[in-house]
Amino acid sequence: MLRFLLSRLALLVPTFIGVSIVAFAFVRLLPGDPILLLAGERGMSAERYEQLQAVYGFDRPLVVQYLIYLRDVLTGDLGTSIVTKRPVLDEFLTLFPATIELSVCAILLATVVGVTVGVLAAVRRGSWFDQGIMGVALVGYSMPIFWWGLLLIILFSGMLQWTPVSGRISLLYYFPPVTGFMLIDSLLSGQAGAFRSALSHLVLPTIVLGTIPLAVIARQTRSAMLEVLGEDYVRTARAKGLGPLRVVGLHALRNALIPVVTTIGLQVGVLLAGAILTETIFSWPGIGKWMVDSVFKRDYAVVQGGLLLIAGVIMLVNLLVDLLYGLVNPRIRH
Amino acid sequence: MAQEGAASDSQFRAPVDAWAMRRAMLAEFWFYFCQNRGAVIGLFVFLAIITVAVFAPLLAPHSPILQNRDALLLPPFWEEGGSLAYPLGTDAVGRDMLSRLIYGARFSLFIGMVVVTLSVTSGVLLGLAAGYFRGWLDVAIVRLMDVILAFPSLLLALVLVAIIGPGLINAMIAIALVYQPHFVRLTRGSVMAERGREYVTASRVAGAGRLRLMFLTILPNCLAPLIVQATLAFSSAILDAAALGFLGMGAQPPTPEWGTMLAEAREFILRAWWVVTFPGLAILITVLAINLMGDGLRDALDPKMKRG
Repeated sequence: MLRFLLSRLALLVPTFIGVSIVAFAFVRLLPGDPILLLAGERGMSAERYEQLQAVYGFDRPLVVQYLIYLRDVLTGDLGTSIVTKRPVLDEFLTLFPATIELSVCAILLATVVGVTVGVLAAVRRGSWFDQGIMGVALVGYSMPIFWWGLLLIILFSGMLQWTPVSGRISLLYYFPPVTGFMLIDSLLSGQAGAFRSALSHLVLPTIVLGTIPLAVIARQTRSAMLEVLGEDYVRTARAKGLGPLRVVGLHALRNALIPVVTTIGLQVGVLLAGAILTETIFSWPGIGKWMVDSVFKRDYAVVQGGLLLIAGVIMLVNLLVDLLYGLVNPRIRH
Repeated sequence: MAQEGAASDSQFRAPVDAWAMRRAMLAEFWFYFCQNRGAVIGLFVFLAIITVAVFAPLLAPHSPILQNRDALLLPPFWEEGGSLAYPLGTDAVGRDMLSRLIYGARFSLFIGMVVVTLSVTSGVLLGLAAGYFRGWLDVAIVRLMDVILAFPSLLLALVLVAIIGPGLINAMIAIALVYQPHFVRLTRGSVMAERGREYVTASRVAGAGRLRLMFLTILPNCLAPLIVQATLAFSSAILDAAALGFLGMGAQPPTPEWGTMLAEAREFILRAWWVVTFPGLAILITVLAINLMGDGLRDALDPKMKRG
């Protein structure tokens, strides 16, 4: 297992270097001179310009600039936001819990509902239930989620007035963040109604972000389950006289879930891409909205740092999924 | 009996009729495609959308960018205050929704076609080179693709568009670039599997050159999964281009692109449901039709699915 882990880690190194080059290059390619951007509308003298160029190291050769950048990154210095003047890493760490909270809720919803529905559809293959569920899953898979979010807002926030339109919690409540996760913090605060408010803010974004993963997981579970149900050992289990619940739940599901685990892991990239749209629609203060805002404000330091951090998160999660896959499926390790 | 023997004998002697074989393969493909009812429905909807896009100037009752100050935010005809002159209502500056939706079909299909063409061409070329030559070229290409895949596709496309400038063409280039790794991986995998097969060796022994081996011997046998992936890329490209348009980085107003229309409609969501509902519905129907077709294609092209 250790060798498996080390070989996977070794594969990540060149990818990480590539990712850092991309993040580094992007900023040099963004239109507009970052130093003139710093100066704002007042402009600056030629001497001051050269001075600042030296401060930021823009007068050195690109390779040297890159190496300095890499050194800074590896020591945890990702630069400072041009707009807020705060370190990029601090901003990321403040906003990331909001995205994690939303993503975890979305993937939980998608997994629980998706696996259940997928198993039921496979067991009743060809029935109206199967056809209906797979039809709905394909619609979900084809959904433009930014539109889906707007529709839910029209229905639940506009017409029914059940849920709030945006944000993470009502302005009535204030408490210092402890974990950064609003559901937990609101409980810890002990304020009546705070948890309900946080929950009601979370419902619609969770549904929107969870829709596509849900559809993918349901489809994948169904096809994996169908494959397993045709295997000999399932027939043997049935022949031994085991009840259908035991056959499906114990024998088939365990093996069918192996490819599903990979699918769930692959949804992390989908979730983070979806978070860009979902957070924008619901004004959810996470890293997706942060990146979009920074692109529009041309906050190149944030775009650069954010790209690197988000890619790093995805690479780490993919590594974890690989390891998990090696654990549930020992054949892979060899 | 004697006649039958003669017929099969002449069949063996006659040169293989390439056209007849192709027709037989197409017929078989069509048979399996039609087994999937959803795929056939998807195909017909898709053909309908193509028709609408081609004949947009004839079908649209108004110009898609003509503003009418006397008809701002008019509801669809079945609601109170709506009129048949604007069957699906008007937007905030009095443009006819139906006409904009009809013209929007052109943009979505165009986006899908351009993105698929760009990403398939470049992806297949890179994948073919990587899988055929192996060695350092393979390592370099695979690593490069890993880097692209390490970013969420929409985020990478968003930042790319920010660099090269917002607009429909740039959005398509960015999306094609982030889709390309899927085609590289798929082609590379199939090429590596096919390269060692006997027919390739036979062809090489017969004196086929490198390019002939790559493009005429190996590539045609790798096409099935590529076609399925291309269908998926077509629908994803429409979704992602609409998402970029929605974020303000895709097609720019007043272009009647569906995602851009949604972005313009956002502020009216609680006042005028139709400006939000219809463009999204158009995206959903188009993408759904293509995905239905994709499922059917996968079933028809995957030998594992063929039973009986």
